[in-house]
Amino acid sequence: MIPAPFDYTRPTTVEDAVTALRAGGAGAKVIAGGQSLVRMLQRRLVRPTLLVDVGCLSRMREVVEEPDHLVIGATTTQHELLHDARVRAHAPLLSLVARHVGDPAVRHRGTLGGSVAHADPAGDPPAAVLALDGEIIVEGPRGERVIPSAEFFVGPFRTALEPDELLVGVRVPKMGEGWTVHYEKFRLSAQKPTLLGVAVMVRRVGDCFTDAHIALANSGSTPVRATAVEVALVGADVTEEAVTKAADLLDGTMEPFARQGVSQAYLAHLARVLTRRAVVAALSW
Amino acid sequence: MIPLVLRVNGREHRIEVEARVTLLDALRDVLHLTGTKKGCDRGECGACTVHVDGERINSCLALAVMQEGREVTTVEGVGTVGAPHPVQAAFVARDALQCGYCTPGQVMSAIACVREGHTGSDDEIREWMSGNLCRCAAYEQIVAAVRDAAEAHRA
Repeated sequence: MIPAPFDYTRPTTVEDAVTALRAGGAGAKVIAGGQSLVRMLQRRLVRPTLLVDVGCLSRMREVVEEPDHLVIGATTTQHELLHDARVRAHAPLLSLVARHVGDPAVRHRGTLGGSVAHADPAGDPPAAVLALDGEIIVEGPRGERVIPSAEFFVGPFRTALEPDELLVGVRVPKMGEGWTVHYEKFRLSAQKPTLLGVAVMVRRVGDCFTDAHIALANSGSTPVRATAVEVALVGADVTEEAVTKAADLLDGTMEPFARQGVSQAYLAHLARVLTRRAVVAALSW
Repeated sequence: MIPLVLRVNGREHRIEVEARVTLLDALRDVLHLTGTKKGCDRGECGACTVHVDGERINSCLALAVMQEGREVTTVEGVGTVGAPHPVQAAFVARDALQCGYCTPGQVMSAIACVREGHTGSDDEIREWMSGNLCRCAAYEQIVAAVRDAAEAHRA
């Protein structure tokens, strides 16, 4: 299928991109890798009047190391997340989750910023960013703004980004001592989107959990934190029984955006099982 | 219409396309390089796989205007009937096709897969070739061809 017509511009600076977005108004849309957007254009699910291609903005492709954080440029591809030595060392959850996105060809074009801005409730990277307590860095006519990931995802395919704002990077804390991570994903078949994804970061000291961050994909209209499970894990012994008990606290009231024909009882069971598996896998990471 | 210099298989082409034209449609309909196939046209089947700056991508999910300044390689650029690419030769030797429609995409993906080094086992080959579907299900032979090509590449 062929998209409806649109204009196209390829700015060379972030400032020019913001100016183009502002001039384009409600009809302007950012394109980076296009792995979600081109599909939507072809099916005419979206009909922008202007595409602002940010693929040539070198500043948005950089990974910058700060003392306690990593700032990952928005147009860093999933392939790069998988292979970048700094991401693998300091934000391994993002490397792990990138491995679950699409297939190799899609990962060569799909970007972290694109996935986060697209805000598909079943998207895997948004759940990982939420689990990491990542911050979303945006540039707009009023300058830079930093949005906590907990406030960024506001609904299915909806974010706190204003129409004239550009997501330029994702800032995540470097993983500290004692933390381990895992991403557990379940699909009904290889070509299906995520039915449920669980991003896990746990910290243990000795035989005890001291911290836990758990975020679920496709478990609501946005990625959500499994707060009850996190609270139950902190202070618990590192045993499979304790993990099972904590995971069983998932109450099963989640309302996935894409239900894919399965029952609420099935989803609730799946969420508990995958969460247990994800935490156990993180422990043996 | 947007004037565009598209570099394909080492040659520069000056073309004019609408912004909405995908790389796949520009290759097939404007440059008449019909080796690259349109299967699902939504990034799921891999029949349209080409290399851009040496990386495999789905040309159906890429706009032609986004490829300016990049190097595109299609199946027409990797080998000829008389001098096939080693991966193509392996596909022939292993009879790794039936109808052949997915083959250009399989070959482009396999060349990249071998180069990326994701050929340590048959399972690894299956996973890293998973973006290329074959409705005839010649998968066993495709895996064998990629395995052979990888062994030849390492030798």
